Amino acid sequence: MSDFSQPDAWLPLVFLGLMGVAMLAYVVLDGFDLGVGILLRRADDADKDMMIASIGPFWDANETWLVLGVGILLVAFPLAHGVILGELYLPVALMLAGLILRGVAFDFRVKARDDHKHAWNMAFYGGSVIAGFAQGMMIGLYIVGFQHGAAQFAFAVFTGLSLLAGYALLGATWLIMKAEGELQYKAIAWARGSLLLCALGVAAVSIATPLVSEQIFDKWFSFPNILLLAPVPLVTAGLFVVMELVLRRLPARLKAGSDAYCWVPFAATVGVFLLAFNGLAYSIFPYLVLDRITIWQAASAPESLMIILAGVAIVLPTIIAYTVYSYRVFWGKARELSYQ
Amino acid sequence: MTDPFMLARIQFASNITFHILFPTISIALGWVLLFFKLRYNKTADRKWSEAYQFWVKIFALTFALGVVSGITMSFQFGTNWPGFMQTVGNIAGPLLAYEVLTAFFLEATFLGIMLFGAQRVSNRVHTLATLLVAGGTTLSAFWIIALNSWMHTPAGFKMIDGKAHASDWLAIIFNPSMPYRLTHMLIASGLTVAFLVAGISAYRWLRKDRTPAVIAALKTGVTVAALLIPIQILVGDLHGLNTLKHQPAKIAAIEGIWKTERGAPLLLFALPNESELANRYAIGIPQLASFVLTHDWKGELKGLDSFGDKRPPVAPLFWGFRIMVGIGLLMLAVSWMSAWQLRRRGDLAPWLARALVVMSFSGWVATVAGWYVTEIGRQPYLVYGVLTTADAASTVPAAMIASTLAMYLVLYAVLIAAYIAVLFHLARKAGDRKDDAKYPAPSVPVPPSQLIQY
Repeated sequence: MSDFSQPDAWLPLVFLGLMGVAMLAYVVLDGFDLGVGILLRRADDADKDMMIASIGPFWDANETWLVLGVGILLVAFPLAHGVILGELYLPVALMLAGLILRGVAFDFRVKARDDHKHAWNMAFYGGSVIAGFAQGMMIGLYIVGFQHGAAQFAFAVFTGLSLLAGYALLGATWLIMKAEGELQYKAIAWARGSLLLCALGVAAVSIATPLVSEQIFDKWFSFPNILLLAPVPLVTAGLFVVMELVLRRLPARLKAGSDAYCWVPFAATVGVFLLAFNGLAYSIFPYLVLDRITIWQAASAPESLMIILAGVAIVLPTIIAYTVYSYRVFWGKARELSYQ
Repeated sequence: MTDPFMLARIQFASNITFHILFPTISIALGWVLLFFKLRYNKTADRKWSEAYQFWVKIFALTFALGVVSGITMSFQFGTNWPGFMQTVGNIAGPLLAYEVLTAFFLEATFLGIMLFGAQRVSNRVHTLATLLVAGGTTLSAFWIIALNSWMHTPAGFKMIDGKAHASDWLAIIFNPSMPYRLTHMLIASGLTVAFLVAGISAYRWLRKDRTPAVIAALKTGVTVAALLIPIQILVGDLHGLNTLKHQPAKIAAIEGIWKTERGAPLLLFALPNESELANRYAIGIPQLASFVLTHDWKGELKGLDSFGDKRPPVAPLFWGFRIMVGIGLLMLAVSWMSAWQLRRRGDLAPWLARALVVMSFSGWVATVAGWYVTEIGRQPYLVYGVLTTADAASTVPAAMIASTLAMYLVLYAVLIAAYIAVLFHLARKAGDRKDDAKYPAPSVPVPPSQLIQY
């Protein structure tokens, strides 16, 4: 597959890129609202309402990126879709149950009888934790190429917990931007708590990943790759340091009446996710299932991919435009949700 | 019950049944909301904005349930039926992709502005957001029904090495059954929502919550139902004729015709028996089935014996069809009587209001019954004449499917119960005017002089 003038050589690459964009958009966008759900249990009732108000206008559209990502896997790489989802059957079912619970709890909690509200809050929290953990497990199982064994399972549980910490960090830094008053201070404390966990998780996954696969090991630690790739972990570490420094100073700045830098921790977290995602993508490429199925083996017929690509070329910029518009409409500090 | 194939079918069927309940409501409710919004823009009468604010909450809840159960569907194509995408992925893929790209993002993004943005955008943009959400849900339905219809009446493709390749996209999208199926489904959605709006409003009306907004919604629901039901009966008939042409085995099962015959009776009651290949206790009107389907009293209808083992199970189709038609006739009677009473007396008899309450979710029952008839009627094929359901099944172990199936069933049962309970709870809460501060009903209480007097 080296003749890139042929559509059946470059189309799978294009769709891999699109899938990557969709998955990354999902992880970052739904990541912050899952993170808010994960932190929900730590807040008092008034804060709970405000936390959920901060994600209310967005979560539906955020989750749509998951449908697009899985949709591209389904339509562009049907062979791999069947294998991957067959292997991930249980965590997928678990994640779906979690997403269903939190998605409906979001709406039920404000509409149900007052004495049911607490139960729906717990469902929102529980669903967020289940969904985030299941997604992290899926990443772990995917990295080890779906080999079964105690070590692989332990690795998957570990990636599950790491992603939970990552989502919590995204959620906390999101709240630092969107909240005011007491909740903003709490969010800073949550961010500092999950920061350490998340950094440990990223470091451990980065070290463990080359060890579980010889092929990934060779890719990272052969010359000159190691030099070219060195910036990835270094920049990641730098971002963590920046975050820690900003978070340490934020409370004092807030007391002085300025939260001008409140967006920095969120941006830095997004940067960490971006780098981690790219590192993982580089490790796996050009496989869709490690050592088994390449993107070219799994791809659909070129004429079908062309039809989709034509639609994507027109529609995706439109989607991005109105997504940006929607975030601008709800720019600034979160307000209580009102249907009026 | 340890057969993984059967378990996978039950799991997929329960997921799709749960899913279809919510788009069925959100598709038409979006347009009803747009109607309320436009009436308000035009008349500045607050009853229309009150109706909007009440029903938009139900829309939000319904939409959320539709989204999360729809995500489940997108995964289960792969987990339960990997052979489906591997065989016809070249055709199903682009249709599904276009649904996500053109419709799904549109509705999900503008939903946020429609629900929570009224204070942040101009009234014009808010109306536009309502329109885009309604249009998005309908566009979703268009793509999904196009794919579903193609699975019933595949067209515009070639088989190469056991895989379907598209040769004519217009023929694929506008396949022979698509216009009938789409129209039938959209009207079914309209009827479901009409009866839901009428039923919940009648419930509030019976509880002496008779603000102009409640009356306006009640009239809207009843009127839409009364107008749509005769059209639906006509469209259903046309759809049946189309099915007879393309899927005669399905019609034979619906009518309970085991052997090819001329002048077939229309069976009102029977117990189809698969092992004897005959009906027991059949009661029918002679020659009527032939007349309805061929417009000839002596017309020939193919029996199930013509299709060998490629025929669907009979009892679910036979009974599913009769449930759907029965509810349709009941809808006709109740909606016309209510429309007549409201028009002539400006009032509803309490028994009729109670009948509307009981029928709040009748659209669901009819839609699901009809959906079963059409989907089970396609068996043993997944794509009619191209791919059997068995060939598309995955090899996931039965125990795994059984455990996740149990989880889904419990979750779905709880959520459907909660959904219905919350709808009536919202109706009561709106009447009590004790809305919590987060989701206020009209901020100014309606003065008693504006209440309709009875």
